[in-house]
Amino acid sequence: MTSAAPPAPATRAVLPPAGRRMAFGHLMLAEWTKIRSVRSTIWTLLLFVVLTVGFTLLFTFLTVSNWTGPHAAARDASVIRNPVGFILGAGIGLGQLTICVLGALLITTEYSTGVIRASLLAVPKRLPMLAAKVVVFAILLAIVAEIVVFACFFIGSSILHSKVPVSLTDRDVLRAVIGAGLYLTVLGLFALAIGSVIRHTAGAITTVIGVVLVLPILTGLLPGSWGAHINAYLPEQAGSLVYGARRASGQLLSAWQGFGVFCLWTAVLLAIGAYLLYRRDA
Amino acid sequence: MIEARDLTKRYGDKLAVDHLSFTVEPGRVTGFLGPNGAGKSTTMRLILALDHPNSGTATINGRRYADLARPLRTVGALLEARAMHPGRSAYNHLLFLAQTQGLPASRVDQVLDLVGLREVARKRTGGYSLGMGQRVGIAVAMLGDPQVLLLDEPVNGLDPEGILWIRNLMKHLAAEGRTVFVSSHLMNEMAVTADHLIVIGRGKLIADCSTQEFIERSSDKYVLVRSPDAARLADLIAAEGGKAAPREDAGREDQVREATAGHAGPGAAPALGVTGLDAARIGEIAAANRIVLHELTPQLASLEEAYMELTAESSEYGAGGGPAANTGPAASLAAQPPVTATQERAE
Repeated sequence: MTSAAPPAPATRAVLPPAGRRMAFGHLMLAEWTKIRSVRSTIWTLLLFVVLTVGFTLLFTFLTVSNWTGPHAAARDASVIRNPVGFILGAGIGLGQLTICVLGALLITTEYSTGVIRASLLAVPKRLPMLAAKVVVFAILLAIVAEIVVFACFFIGSSILHSKVPVSLTDRDVLRAVIGAGLYLTVLGLFALAIGSVIRHTAGAITTVIGVVLVLPILTGLLPGSWGAHINAYLPEQAGSLVYGARRASGQLLSAWQGFGVFCLWTAVLLAIGAYLLYRRDA
Repeated sequence: MIEARDLTKRYGDKLAVDHLSFTVEPGRVTGFLGPNGAGKSTTMRLILALDHPNSGTATINGRRYADLARPLRTVGALLEARAMHPGRSAYNHLLFLAQTQGLPASRVDQVLDLVGLREVARKRTGGYSLGMGQRVGIAVAMLGDPQVLLLDEPVNGLDPEGILWIRNLMKHLAAEGRTVFVSSHLMNEMAVTADHLIVIGRGKLIADCSTQEFIERSSDKYVLVRSPDAARLADLIAAEGGKAAPREDAGREDQVREATAGHAGPGAAPALGVTGLDAARIGEIAAANRIVLHELTPQLASLEEAYMELTAESSEYGAGGGPAANTGPAASLAAQPPVTATQERAE
């Protein structure tokens, strides 16, 4: 493959000077290369699209075809009360798990494969690397998630149309659809933040899914109003308000307040992750 | 130039690096030598700001690594552990690193050519052999055309051809005026590669000198004398100011030579190890006193043996025998002259 002869003069390429500061745009480009160059991220993102769209189709179709079924009355009532929340929740309920996995994997695989050392040798100040990763992932997710949730809405609303007509121009509908994409974007960052704190893939994914899926069920069992309060401020419970999945009377937070609480959770966790990245030995 | 000043790193209650100070000069290959667990990799990680020292500083060309504006343009590093995603191609691994520094993608192809991996570069690194992975690591180190190189056990996993290739590369880079700092736990590997040695054990500095000086200083020079009249010869040697000690281990130590020379059978004459007099003078004394000699051989302990003795007390996982480890493979090398850099270069 190579000769044992002395190598050709290594390099007289014209390279940028060593003294010029790194540009954030370059770091973002590098993070994009990292994301697109491994199959697991591409496949997970693809799975997100398939699951979300697929389950939107499935649930809306089943709902419409069982519209006069024996159990229909109560469920139909909730669909009529909140059609956009129903359509979006149908796909996101499961699709969001892939976003959790993707966000956690994005950082934990750097640790499991040792790439983190290469990354930190290139960016020894560390925090710009994490910032670039967060920004690139947020942009990518926002684009993909918004496309997916709009697609879900149009598919779901066209199926549901014969029973419950719903349009983007209806009150709060546009907010809910855009909000669904934003929720998924922040959820990805939330998982990324937990991944950067925990650093191990299995532990991070378990934690994220535990917080998103299991914790609301457990706190839901808590009696009285303080149980309801804790429940309302949980990341997933608060965040999902923005796509109008729930609109119970006596709701403690408005849609955007809930989203704000979710963003706050994510920001705090990212700050902890950033601090630990800065402090810990890699 | 790399400067470590009073570097200390503690993991729990274990002191991995213990107030270590040294300077690595440009224009030569500096070997970083020590037994496994001596703290070589930790020291390199401290220099590269991957780990935070408990005290002390490490600078490269006068600046801390974390303060370098574009670190890969100044420093290239090959770490011992693999640092690649098995699902990512070597090309993309190099590409994202190049992008962080604002290097053109054409630079990636250049370093791939340098290490001879151009054809397989688009394949995922999970399928690479240890040697190929090591070459990707070298390509990463060379990516920014750096003035300073830190290579942690670079010959690991390479075949003989690859080892020769990397030796030549390191010498070539040093000859260009770059700083080359390369760690190894193999003394003989360092003897043929390094111009200068920094030896550590248990995180402490043991030696910091030229390779030649290290060989001379630590080699145990003596003359092996075999004579049926060893006791009388020993007295005469003592009278001349020399020092003669019976070498009980000589029979075992010299098994290799016995097998080839075939003159020292089971009933071999007693052996003496003589220091303070050279072989010529011992021969003259013997001749003047009509003493029969069966053997008169100047001995130079092998570099590997000297190194093992030097680091024996500091070796973390030693067999507990200290210098008595003479029975190991090093002992059979003892009769051979040390491998020197000049010999190797002449090959």
